Amino acid sequence: MLFLIIKRILLGFITLFIVSIITFVGTEILPGDACTTYLERQAFGEQLEACYRRLGLNVPAYERYVSWALNAIQGDFGYSLSGEMPIKEVLGPRIKNSLVLASAAIFIGIPIALILGIITALWRDKLPDVAISTVTIFAMTIPEFISATLLILIIAIWLEWLPGIVIVPTDVSFLELLPNIILPVVAIAMIMTAHMARMVRSSVIQVMASEYVQMAILKGVPYWKMVFKHVLPNALLPAINVVALTIAWLLGGVVVTEVVFNYPGLGRLVIESISNRDLPTVQALAIILASIYVSINLLADLLTLMLNPRLKTLQIRK
Amino acid sequence: MKLDNIYKEEKKSTYAKLSEIIITMASKPSGLIGLTILVFHIILAFISPYIAPHDFKAIDPTLMLQAPSAEYWFGTDDLGRDVFTRTILGGRTALTITFFGSLIALLWGGLLGIFCGLVGGKIDDVVMRIVDAFLSIPWILAMLLIVSLLGTSTEVLIPALGFFYGKGIVRVARAATHDVIAKDFIVSARARGHSNFAIIWNEIIPNVRDAILVEGAMRWSWMLLGFSSLSFLGFGVSPPTPDWGLMISNARGLMSFAYWAVIAPIVGLSSLIIGINLTADAFAKALGIDRSTKAPV
Repeated sequence: MLFLIIKRILLGFITLFIVSIITFVGTEILPGDACTTYLERQAFGEQLEACYRRLGLNVPAYERYVSWALNAIQGDFGYSLSGEMPIKEVLGPRIKNSLVLASAAIFIGIPIALILGIITALWRDKLPDVAISTVTIFAMTIPEFISATLLILIIAIWLEWLPGIVIVPTDVSFLELLPNIILPVVAIAMIMTAHMARMVRSSVIQVMASEYVQMAILKGVPYWKMVFKHVLPNALLPAINVVALTIAWLLGGVVVTEVVFNYPGLGRLVIESISNRDLPTVQALAIILASIYVSINLLADLLTLMLNPRLKTLQIRK
Repeated sequence: MKLDNIYKEEKKSTYAKLSEIIITMASKPSGLIGLTILVFHIILAFISPYIAPHDFKAIDPTLMLQAPSAEYWFGTDDLGRDVFTRTILGGRTALTITFFGSLIALLWGGLLGIFCGLVGGKIDDVVMRIVDAFLSIPWILAMLLIVSLLGTSTEVLIPALGFFYGKGIVRVARAATHDVIAKDFIVSARARGHSNFAIIWNEIIPNVRDAILVEGAMRWSWMLLGFSSLSFLGFGVSPPTPDWGLMISNARGLMSFAYWAVIAPIVGLSSLIIGINLTADAFAKALGIDRSTKAPV
């Protein structure tokens, strides 16, 4: 058991190590380096030399990788080219803003997804299932920018209930911020909820068809007691992993949503740094987003491992 | 002569199988709706240049932001261009790029996955770690970086999308290969002394084809979503090209008084994505593959 956990954590670190190499090599082999892409047409002579010296691009690539990686482990990603300030300071508030958005969406999304998933599974192919499933299919297949745009058009422009874009600075009090972030949170939560509800649904359906549930029905266990005692605990366990993957997958979608609502989070920083051709910031973002992805997955794996008694004994026997 | 007959019979049975699959897909309402929408979009993509009532890039300042009328069915946009013309042409761009992108994704992802599953050992370990690493970088970051450094031409977009949506197929193809590799017919093929290549071509591909095709169909809809997101962010195809993502991002700023310019491409893109999705789902069910518990990675 312990061995398995350590192995899983090590695998996560290896993945991150490869990610760091990929981002480094990727920015290295694509035409142009940080200085020529950033300075564009002024990239010659004295200015280019100065930029190279400042970023330390005049030393061989592998030496740069080692020093960059060593600093990055300690949280130091060097200087942003466009902001002329340490990337650490640029990232700080952005990470906080994105966390506010993501955690709000998760807190709203997970309970709703559980309820919807269970309802659709228990009333499979009946009216509640058909109605909810149709809505979830729409919510999860339509691109983020379309649902966000429609939300703005209907709620903010036609009904004039809430502001359509975030214009206040994010360090104001929570009550002032709240009306501004309702729409982006709803936009993100909608897609996430739809994905999770569908997974909970199929998981519950699978368990309902299993032999021990059939046995419980034959034995005459009351329906709701059976659902809560026998079905749900077993059905929600495999859902943890999938929920984690869905959250991690949304990292990409959050970029688009933040742009639509003009929300100053990590996602908009991705677009800004790429438009400004600020390669050091892009590298830092790649590593950070990949770390989030890897740690969410790791957490989900460990959680499944700890909650599942069968897996525990299986590993000890091995 | 005898061999010829066997060959013909097999070919006929593939056709029979295909029509059987399509009939199964269309027998459920969701599959029928999906297929209808998809076929409609494909037909529209082929005929749209011939039925478009106006020139998609004709700019006319006197016709700016006109409401829908008999002449301009879906109104005009901020440059006076016909929204109807641009909407029906937008499907062409999206379908062409994502179709060829998915094809590339299927080919390299499928072949690499089969290879890894068959060979196993160290090579498999290394390749899977690299695939894992690529999966953990958000697709949008990687795509944006490539497109911003190499340009937004179709020749860049198609292989880039194909590459990034293929890495998930590697895993599926590998798992499917693991399922068949222990079967007797592979063991006997090895005993007959067939090469790895012959085993892949004759024994493994026919058996993992269904799983990979279903995955590819699903990726197609995700790729369409990814591609239109790129366009929306200004990193997709370049401006005069009629493209839904681009049209939505252009018309978004003015939607408080010209909502038609944003609604038309939204309907186009949403219906195509839903159509592909429903079709892929029905396709999976018709082949007996359950992918309802899979995460969208």
